[in-house]
Amino acid sequence: MYRTVIGLEIHTQLLTKTKAFCNCSADHFETEVNKNVCPVCSGQPGSLPVLNESAVKLAVMAGVALNGKINKISKFDRKNYFYPDLPKGYQITQYFTPIIEDAFIEINGHKIRIKRIHMEEDTGKMLHEGDAISSASESLIDYNRAGIPLIEIVTEPDIKSPSEAREFMERLRNILRYANISSGDMEKGALRCDANISIVNEEKGESSKRVEVKNINSFKFVEKALEYERERLIEIMDKKEPMVQETRGWDANNKKTFSMRTKEEEADYRYFPEPDLPILEVDDEFIEEVKKDLPELPKQKQERFVEQYDIPEYDAGVLVSSKELADFYEECAKKVPDGKFLSNWFMGDMTRIMKEREEEVEDLKLTPDHFKKLFDLIKDGKISTKIAKDIFEEVYDGKDPEDIVKEKGLEQIDDDKMLEDMAREILANNEKNVEKYKNGKTNLLGFFVGQVMKQTKGKANPAKVNKIFVKLLNE
Amino acid sequence: MLEEIKGTNKIDEYKKVLEQKNSEINAFISDVFVEGNKEGPYYGIPFAVKDNMNIEGTKTTCASKILKNYNSVYTATVVKKLLEKGFSVIGKTNLDEFAMGSSNEYSAFGPVKNPVDLERVPGGSSGGSAAAVAADMVPFSLGSDTGGSVRQPASFCGVVGYKPSYGILSRYGLTAFASSLDQIGVFSKNVEDVALITDIMKGKDEKDSTTIDFNKSLLENINDEKLEGKKFVVPKFVYNKNADKKIIEHFDKIISMLKSKGAIVDVVDLKELEYSISVYYIVATSEASSNLSRFDGARYGSRTDAEGLTEMYQKTRDDGFGIEVKRRIMMGTFNLSSAYYDAYFSKASKVRKIIEKKMDEILKDYDSFILPTVPVLPPKLNEKLTPLDYYMMDLFTIPANLAGLPAISVPAGEIDNLPFGFQFVGKRYEDQKMLAIANSFEKEIQGEVK
Repeated sequence: MYRTVIGLEIHTQLLTKTKAFCNCSADHFETEVNKNVCPVCSGQPGSLPVLNESAVKLAVMAGVALNGKINKISKFDRKNYFYPDLPKGYQITQYFTPIIEDAFIEINGHKIRIKRIHMEEDTGKMLHEGDAISSASESLIDYNRAGIPLIEIVTEPDIKSPSEAREFMERLRNILRYANISSGDMEKGALRCDANISIVNEEKGESSKRVEVKNINSFKFVEKALEYERERLIEIMDKKEPMVQETRGWDANNKKTFSMRTKEEEADYRYFPEPDLPILEVDDEFIEEVKKDLPELPKQKQERFVEQYDIPEYDAGVLVSSKELADFYEECAKKVPDGKFLSNWFMGDMTRIMKEREEEVEDLKLTPDHFKKLFDLIKDGKISTKIAKDIFEEVYDGKDPEDIVKEKGLEQIDDDKMLEDMAREILANNEKNVEKYKNGKTNLLGFFVGQVMKQTKGKANPAKVNKIFVKLLNE
Repeated sequence: MLEEIKGTNKIDEYKKVLEQKNSEINAFISDVFVEGNKEGPYYGIPFAVKDNMNIEGTKTTCASKILKNYNSVYTATVVKKLLEKGFSVIGKTNLDEFAMGSSNEYSAFGPVKNPVDLERVPGGSSGGSAAAVAADMVPFSLGSDTGGSVRQPASFCGVVGYKPSYGILSRYGLTAFASSLDQIGVFSKNVEDVALITDIMKGKDEKDSTTIDFNKSLLENINDEKLEGKKFVVPKFVYNKNADKKIIEHFDKIISMLKSKGAIVDVVDLKELEYSISVYYIVATSEASSNLSRFDGARYGSRTDAEGLTEMYQKTRDDGFGIEVKRRIMMGTFNLSSAYYDAYFSKASKVRKIIEKKMDEILKDYDSFILPTVPVLPPKLNEKLTPLDYYMMDLFTIPANLAGLPAISVPAGEIDNLPFGFQFVGKRYEDQKMLAIANSFEKEIQGEVK
C-alpha cells in the first residue's frame, strides 16, 4: 500500500596523503591528538587554503567510476556556521557548482541516479564528558581530522527500500575501495551516510513529510534505521497524526530514531563563493590521466573472472563483492589451474568459517600454496574431497594440508590387494545383499562401497573401491 | 632613499625616534624587534608592520580586544621575504580594528594622531603605518588596503602609499578582512622606495592561490617615463557634490600643471562608479562576516566563559569585538542570508564585474586614471562623523580594489596646511608603468605644487 522513497547523502574521506587545503598528513587514525595541524587547518588568522591536487584527482576518479559527468569548471564556496570542531567558522565546500553531476549506480537492473558529487573538507572530532555538548562538563577537540578531503555523494530519491539502500551503500563502498578513492570504512567514519525517507500512499495519493536520518555508521544500520523510520512514518500516516519535516538521529543502542531538529530550526549557512580559491579547472588531459589510472572496477572484474577462470557469473559476482576477496582469489588462481575448484572453496567452507569467526580476508592464514596442495592431493587421488572438507578448518588455521594428511595418516588407501581383500570379506559377510544385488538391486553397490569407506575411515579411494566391487560382483 | 642608506645600520637611530614620538602619536601597538638576516643586503634598515600581519614570535592583535594576547605561530610571506633581505622589524603598527575604519579611531589600543597635525586623524585603517613613516619613525612600513586603507592614510599623512594589483603580493599571513579586496601595500617617502620594497615582496606564493607570477622589475625602469604625452582620465563622478570644494580646486590646479607638462587629461562619464560604495560595503562586509567567524573563543584569542556553547560564543564576541566590527559583521551576515543573498551579495558581485569591465575598457585608451585620493581633508579626532561619512571617504579609493587595479597616492601640495594626496590608478598588472608615471609626477610636479 505504501511506496517508500529514499535518497542518500554520503560523505566519504578521500585516500590522500595530505589534507585538502594544507600539507598536514591526512592519516588521522591512531595519531596523537592535535598532531597533524598547521596554521591553515587550525584556522589561524591570515592562513589561506591551497587545494590538494590529489584530492581533485580522486574526486574526478569517483566521477568516472560512478559514470558521472565531470564539470571542467567547478567552484568552491563557504558554508558558514559556528561549531567548535569547525576551525574557521566555515567549511570549504562546493555548493553552487559541484565537480561531478549526473552519475549513477545500477542495482537490480535499475539505475540509482546520483545528482552530484562535490568536494569539501572534514571537521575535527569532539569528545564530550557527558552525552552531548549541551550537557557536557567539558569537551575536547582533536583537529587531526579537520581538513581531510571529503566528497559528498548525493543521490536522487530513487531508492525503493531500506534493503536497497543498504545494497547501494555496499555497492558504492565496493567501487570506492576498488578505485582506491576511499577506505570505505563505515565503522571508522571514513564513509558516512545520511538518509532522506518519505512514504507515499499510492491509493490515496498522499505523501508523508520527508525525514532526514543522521548518524548511521554501519551498513546494517542503514537498513535498520530506515526500516524503523518507514514503520514509524506508516504508523503516523495510518493514525493520521500531524507530521513535521525534521532531522532525526539514529540511536544504535536502542535501535530507534530520535528527533534532532525540525526544518524551522535549521541553520542558514550563508553560502557564498570562497574568495581564497580560484576557479577549479580540470582539462581533458587531466581527465584522461585519471581514466588511465582508474583500476579495474567490480563489474569489469566479474566479467573478466567468468572469462579467465571459467566460473559461473554468480561465482564471479560473489568473489568481486570484496576487493580483498577477489585479489586473494586471483593470487590462488595463479597456482591452482581449476577456477571452479577454487570458487567452491571460497564461497563454501572458507566464507563460512570467516563468518563464524568474524574474520576478514586480511586476517587469513590460508595461502595460495595451501590451496595448491589441497588441489594436488585430491587430483593425485591421495585424499578424497570428503577428507579435504574434514581437514579444511585446520588448513584455514594455517596448517599445511600435506602435513595434516601425513600426521593423521589420512592418505587414501590405494593398495589394490588390500582393498580387494577387504571387499571380499564384506561380500562374504553380506550374502543376502549380494543375492539381492544379483537379482537386480544394483544400487546396493553404494552400500558395499560405503562399508569399505567406513572401515577405512574414508581413506579408501572410492572410485577404486567401486571398480573392485563391480568386478567381484560380476565374477 | 633606501638605496642611499643601504649598508649602514640605522636601527638604533630610528628606534630612538620611535621611542620619543610614539607616546604622542600612538602609531605603534608594540615595539617588538625582529632582526633581519645579518647577511642580507639591507641589514640595518628597519621597517614597521601593520599589526594585522603575522610575524612568528610577536603578538598580532589586529587592534582588537579579542586578539590582544594572540601570539603568531608563523610569519607572513611578504614579511619573511623582507627579513631574508636583511630588513628588521622594529614594531607593529596601530590600525582600525581588523582594518575596518578610515580614521584609526576604531582601535582597541587608542587612536593614532596625525603627525602633521596632532589634532587630526591620520586616516585608516593603516593609520599607524602611515604616521610611522610621516614621523620618521621608520623609513618604510607595510599596510593593507581593502578599500583605500593604505592610500587614504598616506594622503592624510603626506606620504606615498601604494596598493599593487590584486595578486602581486601574497596575503598569506595577513589577517583577512575581505579576501577578494585585501591587498598588502607599502608606505614610504617616495615612489622609488615603494617600488624597491614591492620588488622584494612580489610574486607567486604557493601558500596563496590568488597570487600570480610577476617577474617584471618595478624599480629598474622607474625613471624611463615622462609626463609629456601621457594620457590621463578623470572619472566624472569626482566632480559630483561628494567632494570638498577645496579638494576639487586643488586637484584641478594639478591637472592644469599636468597639461602644461604636455600630458593629456580627459574626463569620462563612468556612471557605474557611482555604485562603488554600495557594492563595496556589500562585498566587503559579507566576506568579513565569514572571515571573522574564526574568532569564537574556542581555539585562541580571548574567551568569555559562559554556561553553554552558544552563550560562550555570544559573550566572547560581544566582549571581544568593537562597535564598527560588529556593525560590519551584522551587515555581512544579513547580506549573505539566504533570503537576501540574491538581492544583495549576488547583485553586488555582478555590478562589481561590470565596474571592473568598464574600468578596463577605459584604460585601453589611457595610461591611468587620476583622482584625488580622498574627497575630504583629514577630520579632527573625535569629530563624531557618522559611519556613512567615513564610508563616503573611501569613494575615490574603492574602485581600484573592486577591479583589482594598481593604485598609488602621491603627496602633492597642501590645503590649509594639510597634505593632499594625488592618486593614480593604472592597468591591471602594469604596476611598473604606473609607478614610473608616479615617479615622473614626483619629479616634475610635486615640488611645484603649493
